[in-house]
Amino acid sequence: MIKTTFVAAAALALVAGPAMAQQKTVKIGFISTFSGPTAVIGNDMRNAFELGLDHLGRKLGGLPVEVIYEDDTQKPDVGVQKTQKLIESDHVDFVVGYIWSNVLLASLKPLVDSKTMTVVTNAGASKFAGELCSPYVFSTSWQNDQTPEAMGLYMNQKGIKKAFLIGPNYAAGKDMLAGVKLTYKGAVVGEELTRWPDQLDFSAELSKARAADPDAIFVFYPGGAGVQFITQYVQAGLKGKIPLYQVFTIDELSLPRLKDLAVGIPGAQEWVNDLPNDANKKFVADYIAKYKKRPSFYGAQTYDAVGLINSAVTAVKGDLTQKEAMRKEMEKAVFSSVRGHFTYGNNHIPIQNFYLQDAVKVGDDYVLKTVATIVKDDQDRFHDKCPMK
Amino acid sequence: MAAPDRSWRLMLYFIEQCLNGVQLGMLLFLLAAGLTLVFGIMDLVNLAHGSLYMLGAYFAATFAVLTGSFVAAVALALIASLIAGMVLEVVAIRRLYERSHLDQVLGTFGLLLFFNEAVRLIWGPAGMTLALPPAMLTAVQIIPGVFYPAYRLVIILAALAVAALLYFVVMRTRLGMLIRAGASNREMVGALGINVKLLYTLVFGLGAALAGFAGVMQAPILTVQIGMGENILILAFVVIIIGGIGSIRGAFVAAIFVGLVETVGRAFLPDMLHRILSTNAAATLGPALSSMSIYMVMAAILVFRPEGLFPAASR
Repeated sequence: MIKTTFVAAAALALVAGPAMAQQKTVKIGFISTFSGPTAVIGNDMRNAFELGLDHLGRKLGGLPVEVIYEDDTQKPDVGVQKTQKLIESDHVDFVVGYIWSNVLLASLKPLVDSKTMTVVTNAGASKFAGELCSPYVFSTSWQNDQTPEAMGLYMNQKGIKKAFLIGPNYAAGKDMLAGVKLTYKGAVVGEELTRWPDQLDFSAELSKARAADPDAIFVFYPGGAGVQFITQYVQAGLKGKIPLYQVFTIDELSLPRLKDLAVGIPGAQEWVNDLPNDANKKFVADYIAKYKKRPSFYGAQTYDAVGLINSAVTAVKGDLTQKEAMRKEMEKAVFSSVRGHFTYGNNHIPIQNFYLQDAVKVGDDYVLKTVATIVKDDQDRFHDKCPMK
Repeated sequence: MAAPDRSWRLMLYFIEQCLNGVQLGMLLFLLAAGLTLVFGIMDLVNLAHGSLYMLGAYFAATFAVLTGSFVAAVALALIASLIAGMVLEVVAIRRLYERSHLDQVLGTFGLLLFFNEAVRLIWGPAGMTLALPPAMLTAVQIIPGVFYPAYRLVIILAALAVAALLYFVVMRTRLGMLIRAGASNREMVGALGINVKLLYTLVFGLGAALAGFAGVMQAPILTVQIGMGENILILAFVVIIIGGIGSIRGAFVAAIFVGLVETVGRAFLPDMLHRILSTNAAATLGPALSSMSIYMVMAAILVFRPEGLFPAASR
């Protein structure tokens, strides 16, 4: 009798023990590309994330923060390995990052299966906005089709009747070309998907575009490939002959290298440096002061992730096991985003404005300027495929 | 008037793509010439050749910023590549001559990794750009209806000039005679009392200068970044295998051939596949098939004529 009570008491103590343990820090795993030519993007994201944490006094919801940075080297297989390491070995509370849609898609299953709260700060693969949506995964960027859809609307406004589309042959490239075809009403006289990421000489595709005699060329080439495309486009004598409309090809990272070559080429984006809200003014000013260069949209989206996570941790008063409560809070999107206020769709993709940006020369400097709002409160078209309500 | 007009335009488009192919071929020739010389004379497999290409590009971008002149940057970058090549030979490469090919592959691969990191430490991970003088930012109408970027024409002409210069040096000068002799039978050259060590250093330096020149020429088109030499190095190896190791003439012919197949294949195969497959499949299959075709030719050469199209050595 005493023995049974003793065993029962011991078992009770064992069970009660772990429940008494308190969450001491917020552990965040950050996955991006920190090596190779696209490391500039990863560094920009890391800079913005660090700045966001500094702005909150290195505390999220009152708890100190620990960030573990991992490099996916732009490869899906490495990305999924690092994701699994963060989940299984480091036991992180949040996973943040993902530049590339293919890396994200590969890493989605381990994240969802382990019910790890995830904030995606760039990749916008259509699948994860649709069938693969999860209550644990949020985006502070967009769904891939949204930005080119906005550009398609602008191309209609400019009266483009024949367009030639060029992009890289991977998940995001295909999404971008599909996105512009959704809203653009004119004829598509040619479509080229190039080998990614190793094909960097676009002479064949540019020759094809010239031969097709379109009113405009639409292009998507992120990172260093964008610099190469724009350079070759200008060298082919096409600037001034066939106008170029781009998404994600000219940004604050590639602009200092392109300089005059980029001037006058319009782009669509959900965030531009000069958006007039207070959160953005503070972000841009402090980023320039700390890092001596302007942030890009990659950084802006990552900075927003800090605000989003902070709102969640604050709402559950530091008890990170309350994932339902955190999810509900994050869905409200109550934090001050640098792109201005936005709301979340049922698939946790932002419903937001898209702006027309242009590259201009100001003195000796090259900046991106907001020219107009192309579309307000745009929602991606995959949200009905998502089973969440 | 529509039908003849269309096939005429297709013809012009084909010519433009052929020019692109020739331009790639010229670039490959510059790389392959250095590689084949080093392989032929010193029997050295040099995986770090792509790094010399990358260094040439970085030197040019840096000198362009320092001097503000494109031409000065090119000239200085060439000299810097030559010196870098000779220093590399004296410091590291000459220890590998006596070793097996596998050891050479490992050693030069290590150098490749070393150079990638060194470049990242010195110049940062972001890469650089080499801006062209505005005069070259236009397209030239070579034949009515065919517009070709002026700069790519410059590359073709410059590479042809280098090829002619190389031919002159190899065929008509004493150094060239020693190079040909060394490619044929290096032991005999040593036995004849020639300072083989110096010859090797010069040959390696020459190869490095050629690679650097290729890097400089390509920099304004492809921008300068870490690891830029690796993909093109593979093609360069294919070129020297097809052309014949140690043969510059072979490198020239094979380079043009490889450049044409790669470019024209990439341009036309997807359209031809379009008629039978969907856009997605054609876009993925086309470039893959055209790359494959080059390796299939290389495989065929290895089976039927392993010494290459224009063998240099008669060992």
